Amino acid sequence: MKELLAMTALEAHEAMVAGELDAAEYADAWRAAAGGDELNAYLWRDENDDSPGIAVERPSVAPIAVKDIFCTEGVPTTAGSRILEGYRPPYTATAVRKLIEAGAPILGKTNMDEFAMGSSNENSAYGPVLNPWDRGRVPGGSSGGSAAVVAGGLAPWSIGTDTGGSIRQPAALCGIVGLKPTYGAISRYGMIAFASSLDQCGPFTRTVADAALLLAILQGADPCDSTSIGLPSSPRLPDREDLSGLRFAVPAELASDAIEPGVREVFEATLKKIEGLGGELAEVSLPHAEHGISAYYVLAPAEASSNLARFDGVRYGMRAPSSGDVIEMYEATRAEGFGAEVKRRIMLGTYALSSGYYDAYYGQAQKVRTKIAGDFKAAFTDFDFVVTPTSPSVAFGLGEKTDDPLAMYLNDFFTVPMSLAGIPAISIPAGLAEPNGGGPKLPVGFQIAAPAFAEQKLLDAAHALEGAIGFDARPEGVPGG
Amino acid sequence: MIEREQVLHVAKLARLGLSDEEVETMAGELSGILEHVDRIAGLDLDDVEPTSHVVELENVLRPDVPHESLSPEVALASAPDPEAGAFRVPSPQAEE
Repeated sequence: MKELLAMTALEAHEAMVAGELDAAEYADAWRAAAGGDELNAYLWRDENDDSPGIAVERPSVAPIAVKDIFCTEGVPTTAGSRILEGYRPPYTATAVRKLIEAGAPILGKTNMDEFAMGSSNENSAYGPVLNPWDRGRVPGGSSGGSAAVVAGGLAPWSIGTDTGGSIRQPAALCGIVGLKPTYGAISRYGMIAFASSLDQCGPFTRTVADAALLLAILQGADPCDSTSIGLPSSPRLPDREDLSGLRFAVPAELASDAIEPGVREVFEATLKKIEGLGGELAEVSLPHAEHGISAYYVLAPAEASSNLARFDGVRYGMRAPSSGDVIEMYEATRAEGFGAEVKRRIMLGTYALSSGYYDAYYGQAQKVRTKIAGDFKAAFTDFDFVVTPTSPSVAFGLGEKTDDPLAMYLNDFFTVPMSLAGIPAISIPAGLAEPNGGGPKLPVGFQIAAPAFAEQKLLDAAHALEGAIGFDARPEGVPGG
Repeated sequence: MIEREQVLHVAKLARLGLSDEEVETMAGELSGILEHVDRIAGLDLDDVEPTSHVVELENVLRPDVPHESLSPEVALASAPDPEAGAFRVPSPQAEE
């Protein structure tokens, strides 16, 4: 048997089922590893806390780290915000409940951009997460902690949320697998809402097979989330080894110079691997995808400005001291409790929804959303998948983009269109590339998108491609292989 | 271009206190972001249906059966200022 921490979650699970691995001993080994967090990736860990909300009676699945956006009964849940400091929810999110019921001990809650707003994890009120490949760089965001713990050997797998790329982009920047399922595949109940029509929970894993195993645990309709549908059938482990008969579309709009040369090189080498496996490649036009960022940065802040109205210092969270009436208390609490990016998005969203601007911004963005979904629908009549680089660059330096909100938003250029269309997309590590300006090589993600509810097909293809890529690099000191 | 007065108006709608400095930076940043967003303003989408939700779902109904809910103690446990089974807030009318 492999060294405990080098096993994938699937290998560990199979060893447990075969009676060759003691689940409690395995979980303890991971608890010890998580205790060595030097990346600021965990906001809370399960040592010294035996809350009934997260207790697992008989562990039988690999332990897991959970983004701090999921409510966990009795366990601090901050969503990376000062306004929820010390908050212990009275209930547990459905996704986490399913993990517990499946026998997965909860290792801890992971750091994140405040209310999932960000692409670098620098918007956390509790400090940035460091990229395990280079601690001077960001892990991506908003699920930066969930990506860093898996890449950094602090958890075998984790869950995060993706609204416009918050699973796929950090997975790419940290060299692991990240899957955003179809909107509605997994319950959003207990997941602190950012943009309700876009938010979706999904897995971070080392392998595509682990992602399939985790998706099988998480997916399903939930009476507590009326927008949840679940998948048509429970995902099985992917076993496909070739791509013959499958057609991959490469958006013509990718001929943009916004992509780093190193990223482009890895992307093109991966396209050759697809052909080597018998897959067919052709160019497709997604004429409205380029407007994805514009539409997204109207729709998501608009929904956020409404969702975040609940943080007012009345029922939970912090309340700032104020001397005036209740309105002054709201204003003071929100001024003190929210960080700069959250304030910016609340302002943007409130503006876009305000009288006189609604049709020009929100209405128009909703129509662009229809067109983008239509572009994908048209592409999927001829193709099985659409592929892009996950992110235009490898991990960038801490502080490099914090002064320019728009430059930060453009990180999501390749991931936002799929979110707007509600379709599933996976990022798998495709190789290493030198960053612009030089330096040690860093991971590059390859994104594959599929039609709604075609997760099985997506996982099968990603598994075949993963085998051909054979990515086995790890940050220094992280066991794996 | 977003003016200072507009920032103050929107902040009031959002119940968000902003410092003078924040008002200044917000005006500039929002203008920059909206300039990018304005690229969609010129698209001819008059006949396009807006999408509010990507999943085609009919109304989702459930039987109206009473079930257990949070107890008042639990519901109030995280409140900054609970009082007599309720959430206490400053008076809506400012004191003299």
